[in-house]
Amino acid sequence: MKNRILRSLAAAALSLSAAQAQGNPFATADDIRAAEGLYQFHCSFCHGRGDDGMAANLKNPRLPHAPSDGALFQIIRAGIPGTDMPLSIGLTDKETWQLVAYVRALGRSAPAPVRGSSSLGQALFWGKGICGTCHMVAGKGGRQGPDLSDIGARRAPSHLRQSLVDPEASIAAGFLLVEIVTRDGKKITGTRVNENTFSIQVRDFSDKIHSLRKSDLAQLNKQSAKSTMPSYRQQLSDQELDDLVAHLYSLRGGL
Amino acid sequence: MRQVIAILAAALPLAAQVIYEQIRNADQTPGNWLTFSGNYLGHRHSGLKLLNKSNAAAIKPVWVFQIDKTDKFEASPIVADGIMYISEPPSDVTALETKTGRPLWRYRRVLPEDLRVCCGKVNRGVAVLGDKVFLTTLDAHLVALDALTGNTVWDVEVAPYKTGHSMTVAPLALKDKIVVGIAGGEFGIRGFLDAYDAQTGKRVWRFWTIPGAGEPGVQTWKGESYKYGSAATWVTGSYDPELNLIYWGTGNPGPDWNGETRHGDNLYSDSVVALDADTGQLKWYFQFTPHDLHDWDATQVPVLVDLPFQGKPRKLMLFANRNAFYYVLDRSSGQYLLSKQYVRQTWAQTSLDPKGRPIRLPNTEPTENGVLVYPNSPGATNFYAPSYSPLTRLFYVNTRDEGGIFYSRREEYKEGNWFLAGRFISKPGEEARGAVKALEPTTGIVKWEFPLHSPSWSGVLSTAGGLVFAGAHEGDFFALDDTNGKLLWRFPTGGRIFANPISYLSEGKQQVAIAAGHAIFAFGLEGEK
Repeated sequence: MKNRILRSLAAAALSLSAAQAQGNPFATADDIRAAEGLYQFHCSFCHGRGDDGMAANLKNPRLPHAPSDGALFQIIRAGIPGTDMPLSIGLTDKETWQLVAYVRALGRSAPAPVRGSSSLGQALFWGKGICGTCHMVAGKGGRQGPDLSDIGARRAPSHLRQSLVDPEASIAAGFLLVEIVTRDGKKITGTRVNENTFSIQVRDFSDKIHSLRKSDLAQLNKQSAKSTMPSYRQQLSDQELDDLVAHLYSLRGGL
Repeated sequence: MRQVIAILAAALPLAAQVIYEQIRNADQTPGNWLTFSGNYLGHRHSGLKLLNKSNAAAIKPVWVFQIDKTDKFEASPIVADGIMYISEPPSDVTALETKTGRPLWRYRRVLPEDLRVCCGKVNRGVAVLGDKVFLTTLDAHLVALDALTGNTVWDVEVAPYKTGHSMTVAPLALKDKIVVGIAGGEFGIRGFLDAYDAQTGKRVWRFWTIPGAGEPGVQTWKGESYKYGSAATWVTGSYDPELNLIYWGTGNPGPDWNGETRHGDNLYSDSVVALDADTGQLKWYFQFTPHDLHDWDATQVPVLVDLPFQGKPRKLMLFANRNAFYYVLDRSSGQYLLSKQYVRQTWAQTSLDPKGRPIRLPNTEPTENGVLVYPNSPGATNFYAPSYSPLTRLFYVNTRDEGGIFYSRREEYKEGNWFLAGRFISKPGEEARGAVKALEPTTGIVKWEFPLHSPSWSGVLSTAGGLVFAGAHEGDFFALDDTNGKLLWRFPTGGRIFANPISYLSEGKQQVAIAAGHAIFAFGLEGEK
């Protein structure tokens, strides 16, 4: 009886989201096949075949932003604010659910093979690679680059390896390098924290935040294609790169 | 008995009693803001000068009214005798006191769950005429509310919503009619503009923005594509009472990004149409973007001015179009007079042909693999309003500079479904720009510009105090000197701006109001005590 009441309460409370709460209503093999073209048209530009694009690795059973199918539905529709994931128009409810099913099927596909040793990679991360000077993992490390605590849940091994050898191939959102000269001759270089028409906030390499009015600036250069991260192409061997990728791929945060 | 009636009458609160002649002569009573653009001519200019260049630095918020909604807040308010009428997303209305910002009544509409809306559950404002407030709704109804209480007086269906129709437009009240446009350009509707009797809600006329079978212009559509060719009418137009002509912009042809199934110019999409206000008969049209492939709706506010053009007094229409060209037309005849590119574009030659037809550049059509074109689909400007100051004789417009990668694909029309046949994305990694620009109306030459960090969705208001108010996408609302674009004042509202500013008097004091984030901000010199 109690269960029945709970069920009816839940049914009354949910509408669109009846389907969201109870699972995807369009998740058959036919639905997944039907979504192939939708995926190609709407998603593949950034996500590639799932694990070889510049955006999130979808060959992942647990997507950090989409713990449920309903959440994934909403992300496909509305995007993820503050990231490059845009909202979509032109998808019906059914098509969106079919895409949800497609992405979940990608998540169930075989994980990308990792050749290296995660434990050796961990030693490289904190040792020879000095990655921890600029990147944080679980609260330890520097702040100059993106937090890597769950990078393995967000990016595929191929993307991680590319970022190590060619950091400027894909600059993470929120890490624009700026060079500023104020009217009184002060030079500031760092990561843009925020900006509008009237002011800009910059975090320099000593983690100091500078808040500057644009009217006080003599120069503001945005290095949109530049990264402060060095390439590890020459600094690490192929095997070491494999090990480091294996470690990064093992970082799943709380997931 | 007569005495009792007199006392009762004196005790009755004042309902809005806005008559047509008041709106027609709105410039004479700048203490009110009686119609969408402030006057019928689309000027969005306030004759008030209590706020001016000498005291702009002292402007501050007078009150803030928070709405309990999270959808984009696009309303342009109406103010009549100290009462502000705003629409709230999705299809609600609130009446507020301008003195205190306190609400007097609220209308809350229960909407179906299976709405078909393109770009947010939004509404751009109400109209007031007589003792009624008029609202369009996302389920494509037109509703008349009692201005004193918000009670529903009548409620009529304009179109069925399940076929992809919706309504977001602020109605235009003129004479005894309420003129409304339709949205649904991404769902393959057949567009129209309607006029309704303000008293009864009975439809007086309908102008189809796409000709029907056998009508002139239908040959500009391949096969039966005219039946679902869109050309929606979702932004409030202008009106010339002397010519008795309504001017209204029309939206993109459908499907948006693939023209294979609709070869031809696709009349009257992406056009401005001039209609007889009494009958809805087409007097003339001008098409800005024939056979559009980039979703450049011509749904901007036509600005009507009387100025000398090449030495001769003319009744002009100024039109800053989403396709990146600024146009001057003769509004009596529709004759094309001038155009000038006012924002970066890469899709057409910089000079149009002698009749004002753009000359398209090769390799700018959307493709399966994507093609980069400036501007992107949101265009060089959009639904938000420009302004014209009769004092400076300048045309002010908030502009957008952003490229898009356009993709096309094949898509069949299915009633009530999306009908896009493509998509666009912003150019990855590009920091797009914006700017408020002041154009000389009869040349299109940019006299000054105020650069913005990113493209804005805020309209512009000019005032007799010499101020130009506009908003930035990051939430700053600011005032510029109308002669040189110098920044005189700003306030960070903390919310994104997708709306048009207005100005009015409250107890003799000038206020400027704008919807920002999820609130209306009213600014002036003195706050609440």
